[in-house]
Amino acid sequence: MTSTADNLQVATRLDADVLVIGGGPAGTWAAITAAAQGAKVILADKGFCGTSGATAPSGTGVWYVPPDPGLRAKAMNSRWDMGGRLADPVWMRRVLDQTYSNVNLLSEWGHPFPQAADGTQIRTSLDGPDYMRLMRKRVKAAGVRILDHSPVLELLRDGSGAVAGAVGLRRQRGDLWQVQAGAVVIATGGCAFLSKALGCNVLTGDGYLMAAELGAELSGMEFSSAYAMAMEHGSVTKTRFYDWAEFTYADGSPIPGAASKGGRTAIARTLSAGKGVFARLNADAETQIAMRHAQPNFFVPLDRSGINPFTDRFPVTLRLEATVRGTGGLRLLDESCATSVPGLYAAGDAATRELICGAFTGGGSHNAAWAMSSGAWAGSGAAQFARGQRGRAAQLYRAGGVGIREGKGARIDAAGLTHAVREIVLPYENTYQRHGARLEASLSTLDGLWASARSADEASRDEALRTREGLAMLATARWMYRSALARTESRGMHKREDFPQADEAQRHHIISGGLDEVWTTPAPVAGPALEVLAA
Amino acid sequence: MIEVISAARCTGCNICVQVCPTNVFAAVKGGIPVIARQDDCQTCYMCEVWCPDDALYVAPNADGTEGITEPELEAQGRFGSYRRSVGWAKGGRVAPAPQIMSRLRG
Ligand SMILES: Cc1cc2nc3c(=O)[nH]c(=O)nc-3n(C[C@H](O)[C@H](O)[C@H](O)COP(=O)(O)OP(=O)(O)OC[C@H]3O[C@@H](n4cnc5c(N)ncnc54)[C@H](O)[C@@H]3O)c2cc1C
Ligand code: SF4
Ligand code: SF4
Repeated sequence: MTSTADNLQVATRLDADVLVIGGGPAGTWAAITAAAQGAKVILADKGFCGTSGATAPSGTGVWYVPPDPGLRAKAMNSRWDMGGRLADPVWMRRVLDQTYSNVNLLSEWGHPFPQAADGTQIRTSLDGPDYMRLMRKRVKAAGVRILDHSPVLELLRDGSGAVAGAVGLRRQRGDLWQVQAGAVVIATGGCAFLSKALGCNVLTGDGYLMAAELGAELSGMEFSSAYAMAMEHGSVTKTRFYDWAEFTYADGSPIPGAASKGGRTAIARTLSAGKGVFARLNADAETQIAMRHAQPNFFVPLDRSGINPFTDRFPVTLRLEATVRGTGGLRLLDESCATSVPGLYAAGDAATRELICGAFTGGGSHNAAWAMSSGAWAGSGAAQFARGQRGRAAQLYRAGGVGIREGKGARIDAAGLTHAVREIVLPYENTYQRHGARLEASLSTLDGLWASARSADEASRDEALRTREGLAMLATARWMYRSALARTESRGMHKREDFPQADEAQRHHIISGGLDEVWTTPAPVAGPALEVLAA
Repeated sequence: MIEVISAARCTGCNICVQVCPTNVFAAVKGGIPVIARQDDCQTCYMCEVWCPDDALYVAPNADGTEGITEPELEAQGRFGSYRRSVGWAKGGRVAPAPQIMSRLRG
C-alpha cells in the first residue's frame, strides 16, 4: 500500500539536509555535530528541547574515564561479565574516547562542573537542568532550527525506500508540519510505558515504531526489564542513594535479601505480594550534606512529603523504565550509527546499547556516555549521507501506517489501547521476572491488540499523538516479549524463571523486527569470549 | 503533580507553557496561564526550575492530587525551593567543601 505525501494537509513545509528527531542529549549532540559539518539541520522534539526526556530532570553520571590504560581497562571490565559478555570492546573504546572529548567540550562551553580538593573539575556527572539548558543554547548557536512541541507522527521515504523526512504535529496549534530531509536521526529515547519514572512520559517508543515501518531492525529488546526505585507515589527514580538504604517491612523487620543492587528481586517480590517495602538511609551528617548537594532532586519529593529519609522509614516502589535503562533498541550496522534503512541513523536510548553494556543496564554512566557519543556519530553520518542526496527527485511517500491512515475499521481508542498495554507490561511478574508461559500469554493478548488495530481508521487530529504513542508502546512490548521468549536462558537483566542459568551457546544477540509478523533471529557477538579487556 | 500557579507571583511570561515537556499548561490571552491538562503532568519539576518568578508548585504525588493551597505553600516557604536547590535562583549553588563531597565517592 503506497501513498504519496501530496495529499497531507500540512500547515508548514520545510527542508533540511538533516532532520533530528528528539532533543535530549543524543539529539542535541547529533544536531550540533551535523551542523558543524555544514549541514542544514532541523531538530524536532515532542516536548521542549532543554527539559524533555530522561536526562533533563534527572541528571546523569557519565562514563568519563581519562585515557590512562589502567583506568580504561578497569572501566571496560567493570560491566563485561555483568553484561553477559555481549558488549563489543571496539565500541567500548570508541565511546570512552568520544565521551572524554565531548565532556571536555562541555567544560569549555561553561558547564558548571564541581571542583575537587586539588582544584580540578570533577567531570563524572552532569546536572540535568544545566546540561540540557546548555545543549539547547549550543544547538541554537550552531544555527539549527528547533521545533518544540512538534512530535513526529511518521517518517517519509522516497521511491527507492530511503528515508526522506517526517511529518509531525504542532501540538500547541493543532496542525501538521512536514520536513523533507536528506537524512534523519532517530533520537527519540527509549520506552518507559508512561510509568511516570522521572522525565520518561515523553518516551513511548515512537522512534522504534517509525523506523520499523521503514524496515529497520531492533536488537536486544529482551534487555528491557529495568525498574527503578522511587518513594511510593513519587516520580524521582534516582537510585544511587538507595545504596545507603536498609529495606524493611512495615513493622521494621528486615526483608531478607533486599538490596538496591543485587537484591531487587526480593524487593519486587515483596511489592508484588502487596506488602509494602520501606527504606531508611544510613548516612552520617557530612554524607547527608554531600547527598543533598549532589542530587537535590532526590530530596524534593521526600522533603515535600515531610519525610526525613535518614530517620524515617518511608515506603518505596519500583517504576518501570524498560528500555530507558535497559539496553535494547534499534540495531546499528556500522560506526556511523546507520540503521538498515538508507539515510536513517539512530542514537541514544533509541539505539541498542548492547555494544557497550551488553545485557546489563546502561544506567549510572554508560547510557549518558552512549547518548553523547552515538549522537555525535549519527549526526556526522547523517550529514555525510545528506550531502549525496542534495537535489534528489522529490516524490515523497508516507511510511507510517497504523492509526494514521484511512482504514475500514473503527478508530483506535487510544486511552483504551494504552491501558491494555500497560496492564500487561507494568507488573513485575511479566516484565521483570519472566517465564515462558507468561510471555506466551502476554504475546497472545498483544498480538490480538495489534491485529485489531491494523485495519483501524485514521485517528482524529486531537488523538493522533496518543494513538501513535499507544501503538508504539504496543509494538515495543511485542518486540520485547518475542525476544525474551527467544532467549531461553538468564543473562544480564533478562531473568527467566524457567531458565535460571546462562547458556554459553546463547551468547549472541537477538535481532527482532516486523509489525504484523514480529520475528526474531540470533546474530553473533563481535567480542571474544574471554578477552581480558586491555585498553 | 503540578498543583498551583500563584496568581500573586506569576507575571504571565508563559515560559512554563513553552517548557513543560508534556504540554500541561495553556496560555491565556491577557492573563496568566492555566493548568489545562493536569493528568498529563509527569511530575518532573522542570516548570518550577524554569519559572523565573517561583510561581509554580509541583506536589510530590505523581499518581494523584493533594489539594495543597497557596497560603500553605507561602507559609512553608515552598515556592521556589527546588529552583534554589539547583542553583538557578540568585545566589547560585554553594558547594560544601570538597572533603565533604568526596564522601560520596568510591
Ligand atoms: C531517573 C533517571 C536517571 C538516570 N541516570 C542515569 C545516570 O546516572 N547515568 C546514565 O548513564 N544514564 C542515566 N539514565 C539514562 C539516561 O537518562 C538516558 O540514557 C539518556 O537520557 C538518553 O538520552 P536520549 O537523548 O537518547 O533520550 P532522552 O533524553 O530521553 O530524550 C529523548 C527525546 O526525544 C523526544 N521524543 C520522543 N518521541 C518523540 C517524537 N515522536 N517526536 C519528536 N521527539 C520525540 C523526547 O521529547 C525527548 O526530548 C537515567 C534515566 C533516568 C530516567
Ligand atoms: S513561568 Fe512562572 S511566571 Fe511565567 S507564566 Fe509560568 S508560572 Fe507565570
Ligand atoms: S512537573 Fe513537569 S510535566 Fe508537570 S507541569 Fe511541570 S514541567 Fe510539566
